[in-house]
Amino acid sequence: MLALSRWKIILVLGSVIFGILFSLPNVLPNSVLARWPAFLPRQRLNLGLDLQGGSSLLYAVDMDALRKDLLNNSAEDVRTSLGQAQIGFDSLTTTGGVVQLHVTDPSQMQAALTALAKAGARTSTGGRDINVAAAPGQIIRLSLVSQALQADARNAVDQSIEIIRRRIDKLGIREPDIRRQGADRISIEEAGESNPEKLKAIVGKTAKLTFQLVDENVAAQALTTPVPPGDEVLPTENPDEPFLVVKKRVDVSGDMLTNAQSGFDPQTGEPIIEFRLNGVGTRRFAQVTVDNLKHRFAIVLDNQIISAPVINSPIVGGSGEITGNFTADSAHQLAVELDSGALPAQLKVLEEGTVGADLGADAVRAGVTGLAVGGSLIFAFIFLAYGLFGAFAGIALVVNLLMMLGTLSMSQATLTLPGIAGLILTLAVAVDANVLIYERMRDEANAGRNAIAAADTGYRRAMSSIMDANVTTMISALIMFNMGVGPVRGFALTLSIGVVTSVFTAIVVTQILIGWWFRVTRSKILPIA
Amino acid sequence: MRKYWPFIHFVPRQTHFNFVGLAPYAAVLSLLAVIGSGVSIGLQQVNFGVDFVGGDQMQLTTPGPAPLGVIRHVLTVSGVQAPQVQGAGATGAVVQFRGAAGMAVDQAPVFVAAKLRAAIPGLKVIGQSSIGGVVSGELLGKGVEALLVAMGLMLVYIWFRFQLQFGLGAILALAHDIVLTIGFLSLTRIEVSMTSIAALLTVIGYSMNEKVISFDRLRENLRKYKTTPLAEVINLSENERLSRTIITGTTALLALSGSMINPASALFSLTATMAFGILVGTYSSIYVALPVILLWGVKRDDEDAKPIRLQASRP
Repeated sequence: MLALSRWKIILVLGSVIFGILFSLPNVLPNSVLARWPAFLPRQRLNLGLDLQGGSSLLYAVDMDALRKDLLNNSAEDVRTSLGQAQIGFDSLTTTGGVVQLHVTDPSQMQAALTALAKAGARTSTGGRDINVAAAPGQIIRLSLVSQALQADARNAVDQSIEIIRRRIDKLGIREPDIRRQGADRISIEEAGESNPEKLKAIVGKTAKLTFQLVDENVAAQALTTPVPPGDEVLPTENPDEPFLVVKKRVDVSGDMLTNAQSGFDPQTGEPIIEFRLNGVGTRRFAQVTVDNLKHRFAIVLDNQIISAPVINSPIVGGSGEITGNFTADSAHQLAVELDSGALPAQLKVLEEGTVGADLGADAVRAGVTGLAVGGSLIFAFIFLAYGLFGAFAGIALVVNLLMMLGTLSMSQATLTLPGIAGLILTLAVAVDANVLIYERMRDEANAGRNAIAAADTGYRRAMSSIMDANVTTMISALIMFNMGVGPVRGFALTLSIGVVTSVFTAIVVTQILIGWWFRVTRSKILPIA
Repeated sequence: MRKYWPFIHFVPRQTHFNFVGLAPYAAVLSLLAVIGSGVSIGLQQVNFGVDFVGGDQMQLTTPGPAPLGVIRHVLTVSGVQAPQVQGAGATGAVVQFRGAAGMAVDQAPVFVAAKLRAAIPGLKVIGQSSIGGVVSGELLGKGVEALLVAMGLMLVYIWFRFQLQFGLGAILALAHDIVLTIGFLSLTRIEVSMTSIAALLTVIGYSMNEKVISFDRLRENLRKYKTTPLAEVINLSENERLSRTIITGTTALLALSGSMINPASALFSLTATMAFGILVGTYSSIYVALPVILLWGVKRDDEDAKPIRLQASRP
């Protein structure tokens, strides 16, 4: 194994050059990088939020929109619960935070109150969301309890955080920090100085998808055109038909999607979004399309009609596609948003700014010093333990570090504190590989082999341990990278890069150095025996 | 010229340490440590930082560049928990903390603001709000799930490369290490943040490496000495790799030592936890994983070897 084969030397030289070339931009000042020829790499390590800070966005849940949503929902609840109880009513309005209605038959007043109180009690928090009050003249008023609104805001924030995180993960943006702030705010921080436009585009849309039937008996010229109760006017994207009147009733909604992905229409080649519905959604979709053949069905996203095709044949399979004015990019983004779920409420940007490193810039400097001290101690110790061969292991360690930093700079993966922990583990395991090899060499030399044979056998016999240990590490690193999130992923990334580079450097680089040493000195003894 | 490098022999070339003989005592020690960790975790949990449970956040401005070190020191001595200080813009800072035990909800920010104003003249608090943790339940759940799957697959790999009892010994030892490390975090009241997760993962990684290296030597000697009792083969293997264990362990601890000199370093709690885990991981390879194999017995040349009672192996 100690033979200095040409491909090995080329491989080692190549990786050293790679490591130096790709690590170099990290230590060069900007002025030098600016004059760098275009073919040379110029990317620097992409440090995470904890190490270098970045930009921050503060969002607030739109409470007005949330209140309006809740009121509309309660109005729908009123319609269904009074309908089920077969109580006649009219003039259902939602104004000024109050839902008001008029019961036609005075004798049904009490029954109506009971039915509505029961519907109002059915809430997410278990308490009463809605106050039901009777007023003279067969009027019933429903108003939101303010604590309920706050609880809903908290829920909305919690759900939004999970949904934003899912969207961000699917679009592959670098690990941002997402956290609740106060009762109804969400703060998002992203590493780096970049303008967080992409982040804003993702968070900005609620992506509430609904399918509603078009009321073809009414035409609307403006949003304010009066329409029958139970209908609403929505804008479309089609200039020939800027407004359509649709039934308020939502037949199928985005929360019934199990999957959405972007694709291309096989006939027209236009970008489309393909979706699949869950069981409930499939049944409802089938029912609606069977009952309303040759009628128009509007696909509504965030209160805007994307398209309103005519139902030509019943759709019973639970899958369908959305066509509209998409580009490939916008179709992909919308598919991700639909797949991650709709935000429970619109979010508004309150503040934009920059933040320093999570850990504090001073603490990061102290940490870097500590790591440098630790690194030097490793070199000193391994040299003390194994002399010249220890220095060879040290050189291998430097090459390993260069290759890791080069790979991290090149791939622009985010290096966070957990990532540094992965790096330290990698270095420890890399040293371990050399220790294993050297201890084997000593065993072989003590067992009576001559120096070169002992060195050679040392490599061969240590191989099984090194491989088993590194394959085990690689398995866990890959699993953690694929399944994990946030810090786990950052750790797993540097670890898996490190497994590859450390096996290479600890074995091949030291082999070449030791082989070369034997060739030059023609030594008959193993210096570490 | 000297023939051999002089420091090579700081571990004697051949040792005859009776590792297995100490196993019963180690078993008691491990059991006590696991119970102790469990009690500590049960009684006082761990000291979750703002990353996990949220807390208060204040935005500050200072007349000049924000003295982050001073601000951190003020927060630490004021007694609030899990303080975090980060710079914001040129002359600003953001601090995050949890109120000290027994402090009313609204009291902590007022208290901290007063302390900061007293320590740094001209400091202004320009904003304050409560914040939630960045580690959500879903995030944590996914992390744990990933870890369990990874451990499961490592078990399968070791089973495939060695034998089932090796894999189970490794997983049991790993569980031992995880419990002890969390117990260590609980006892020392080190603030558990995102970085603690990294420390725990590193401990698991190092510990697993130790186990595989130890198994590998054991497997090799089992093939070499077919009739020697298992306990003796284990002793022989551990003595053979003792020098390596000490050198590798020392190197790993040295790598961490730089960040442990200064307790104010951002990496102190991370590295302290990792150093503890390296010691525990090395210990558990010898005194948790191997005794499991010893009690269970191993297959040698396709015949089942008789399990060796610990009593019988004592000299």
